[in-house]
Amino acid sequence: MIGTAEAVTRAKVLDRLRLGDAAFRQVTRAAAFGVLVLLSAVIISLIGGSIPVIRTFGFGFLVSESWNPVTDKYGALPAIYGTVITSFIAMLIAVPVGLLIAFFLTELCPQWLRRPIGIAIELLAGIPSIIYGIWGLFVLAPFLQVTLQPFLIDTLGNVPGIGLLFAGPPYGIGMLTAGLILAIMVLPFITSISRDVFEAVPIVLKEAAYGVGCTTWEVVRNVVLPYARVGVIGGIMLGLGRALGETMAVTFVIGNAHRIATSLLAPGTTISATIANEFTEAVGDLYTSALITLGLILFVITFIVLAAARYLLMRIERRIG
Amino acid sequence: MPETVLVSRYSARRRRNIIATGVALAATALGLGWLVLILGSLLWQGFSGLSLAVFTEMTPPPGSAGGLLNPIVGSLMLTIIAVAIGTPIGILAGTYMAEYGRYDRLTSVVRFINDILLSAPSIVIGLFIYEVMVAPMGHFSGWAGGVALAVLVIPVVVRTTEDMLTLVPNALREAATSIGLPRSLSIMHICYRAARAGMVTGVLLAVARITGETAPLLFTSLNNQFWSTNLNAPIASLPVIIFQFALSPYKDWQSLAWTGALIITLTVLTLSITARALASERKS
Repeated sequence: MIGTAEAVTRAKVLDRLRLGDAAFRQVTRAAAFGVLVLLSAVIISLIGGSIPVIRTFGFGFLVSESWNPVTDKYGALPAIYGTVITSFIAMLIAVPVGLLIAFFLTELCPQWLRRPIGIAIELLAGIPSIIYGIWGLFVLAPFLQVTLQPFLIDTLGNVPGIGLLFAGPPYGIGMLTAGLILAIMVLPFITSISRDVFEAVPIVLKEAAYGVGCTTWEVVRNVVLPYARVGVIGGIMLGLGRALGETMAVTFVIGNAHRIATSLLAPGTTISATIANEFTEAVGDLYTSALITLGLILFVITFIVLAAARYLLMRIERRIG
Repeated sequence: MPETVLVSRYSARRRRNIIATGVALAATALGLGWLVLILGSLLWQGFSGLSLAVFTEMTPPPGSAGGLLNPIVGSLMLTIIAVAIGTPIGILAGTYMAEYGRYDRLTSVVRFINDILLSAPSIVIGLFIYEVMVAPMGHFSGWAGGVALAVLVIPVVVRTTEDMLTLVPNALREAATSIGLPRSLSIMHICYRAARAGMVTGVLLAVARITGETAPLLFTSLNNQFWSTNLNAPIASLPVIIFQFALSPYKDWQSLAWTGALIITLTVLTLSITARALASERKS
């Protein structure tokens, strides 16, 4: 038999525990909601900041080429162009190289070397972008100025058509250099994701292919790649998302010129480099708003790319189980 | 088919295989070589400027010697704010996703959004904090910088907390419930303890992530050439000082920028190696 007094304290304690339990649950739920609120707040604040520009220029902002703080005329086209071109160059280099490294790591590399190389690549993915930027500015750009760029101008520069892409003096800095730096930066991401999805290919599939006499390359080309296709594309999109939004590595070497030059050797700008270079110096509401609108455009582009990447990677995760 | 055709076809396939293998080897060498080159020049340039003065003196005016004391302290303060704000929110959100709503609609939406925040361009986060903190307050401040970094900490911590709690065996939870422990207490005293190493790894990774972040600080905490620990005023930080000094025409400043870059890289590498060691300790 429990005494009445004891029963009352017992009920009190139980009530307190029940209350604490419910409170903790609600607090964690609120935190989870907080993540959603955070993303919505980012979008709303960016849209709010770009209202002056939308009111003044409308959709013309997206296609206008002028960028003149003195006359308060702004257009996003050169920055969008630079962002797309530098990321494209980066992908053109990083995707094949990354896939080949993944091929090496999963099929050719001796077992004892796999872990060290894998760890090295993952550690390098964590190096901050400003390090790549400072290296690009002081080491890569001067090097390209006296080697690769004069070479490109003398050879491809004379070919009709594509020659336009390699015209003009070698500045060292410019869109090509920015693209190269980006390629080095996203290489670890693409490599490590492709390696993971290559490794997820069922061994029996590969063994069957080897069993009928395929060479290593044929196994990778005809069995591994088709099987891992979705995951590889997801990894590439993830790398692309990084490249599009990358700021510091690009800002150092792009040259910050608001124009669309056909030559890849010419200085240009990207969305993120423009914001990084000009935001603190922007005077006037319209100038600030133009930069925030650029941020909004960047966010929308990367959101779409990253969402697609996550969707594809989620699909492959589900298949692996 | 005549045997010569078969043999030549076979040797063509072998040739193709050898070429592909060679190209893959070359790509690996190229990729790793590039990265070795970067680290090499970083060590070379950074160590030549490294001295005790770097840790004891303030940033100099152009043309004279000095150190990086104020940006180092500033970076530490910003990191502490970011971790202090970001970690609890991240852990709580991760807890909901793994413990209460593992199969919820909300959880899968949050997971998707969180993954996007994880790789969203950090400069956009800087713009966001500028809009919601710097503009209303009317001035740049250390607090704004810290909060901007906290926004980057949250997704990393959410992700690792969720992953680590999911790994905790259900038998532990059932045992806790069977002796009458309320859910919240069993999470705090049983699950958190079981997943501790992994959760610490997550925080370390988050710190590594924000250590070199420059873009979100450019227009939140701005920069400061002088000693200041006032969080209501602009404050110096290592990445922003590196950005400013590297792009300056002065040799002393450029050399300090390299040294700062070396300090950041070594910090990041130490953090991520520690995190890895912790994670693998768990596994074994």
